[in-house]
Amino acid sequence: MDKLKQLGIILGITFGSEVLYRLLKLPVPASVYGLLILFAALQSGLLKPEKIEATGNFLLVAMPVFFIAPGVNLMNIFDQVQPILWQALVLIFISTIVVTVITGKVADFILRKELDK
Amino acid sequence: MNELLLNSMFFGSFLSLGVYLAAARLRQRFPSPLLNPLMLSIIVIIAILKLTGIEYEHYDRGAKYLTYFITPATICLAIPLYRQFHHLKKNYRAILLAILSGVLSGLICIFGLAYVMSFSKEHYVTFLPKSITTAIGIDLSKELGGNSTITVTAIVLTGIMGSVMGEWICKVFKIKHPISVGLALGTASHVLGTSKALEIGEIEGAMSSLSVAISGIMTIVFAGLFARLM
Repeated sequence: MDKLKQLGIILGITFGSEVLYRLLKLPVPASVYGLLILFAALQSGLLKPEKIEATGNFLLVAMPVFFIAPGVNLMNIFDQVQPILWQALVLIFISTIVVTVITGKVADFILRKELDK
Repeated sequence: MNELLLNSMFFGSFLSLGVYLAAARLRQRFPSPLLNPLMLSIIVIIAILKLTGIEYEHYDRGAKYLTYFITPATICLAIPLYRQFHHLKKNYRAILLAILSGVLSGLICIFGLAYVMSFSKEHYVTFLPKSITTAIGIDLSKELGGNSTITVTAIVLTGIMGSVMGEWICKVFKIKHPISVGLALGTASHVLGTSKALEIGEIEGAMSSLSVAISGIMTIVFAGLFARLM
């Protein structure tokens, strides 16, 4: 029953953030509102982490499963992508490495400098 | 047989979960980052659908219910974030600057490569949101005039790359601090990078969750400017 209640809270926040998204009409997706709402609820003590953690952690661990169907959709758009397939793969490959390295290196550099102070 | 599957509401979700669990099991037996369960599942399911002639739409009739969980699961990233909030407070300058550099370098890199490989404007803007989470990326791609279906695939491929290679890239380039590793994975490869970061450690996971939200918002702000470059 406990986990069901936790799922209820999570879906309630998701619904609330969807409503906000439609009302505010900002180019901010629903999940960002939801993330901020849940964080504020936890930080203010309004919601104890134990009240949400079991189901929340389950959803986090299961995350890749939710991406299977969008990934399989590749078979539908393959014809559209085919003319630029190699270029697209090169672009994804190189830019992912660049972002990983730059983000990590900048963080490492500043953290080390602040430690030295 | 086909008739039966076409009318089934649960065929797609059962196939997704069954194949994923088998793939996860395989990786347990042969631990290698190349055996990424998500990547394997996508390949195996495409093969199954192609071989049996079942159309994607029929598979997705059931599978889409799992896709709906992306939003509530993304919201739950607030939990590791809350647990590790003291790290954010102490290091907010490093964290914000690192994510900003990551987002900008990503957009510059996509512009440069798209320019060199002479992409059309539509294809170029389609790839601008590739590092952020699907929930944000689909809307952004549409707004910029891109093809949001291709964007989703690019986002999933980026996420798989991040979870397959992210840890290894950090090792090769000697990115050491747990905060830096988390930020790198989350900024480059959104929630799929984050699920990898959560496997590495709780600080990594929390920092990665944080980068998903912040890099998403920063990308919304800057992608519009970059879209005008071509």
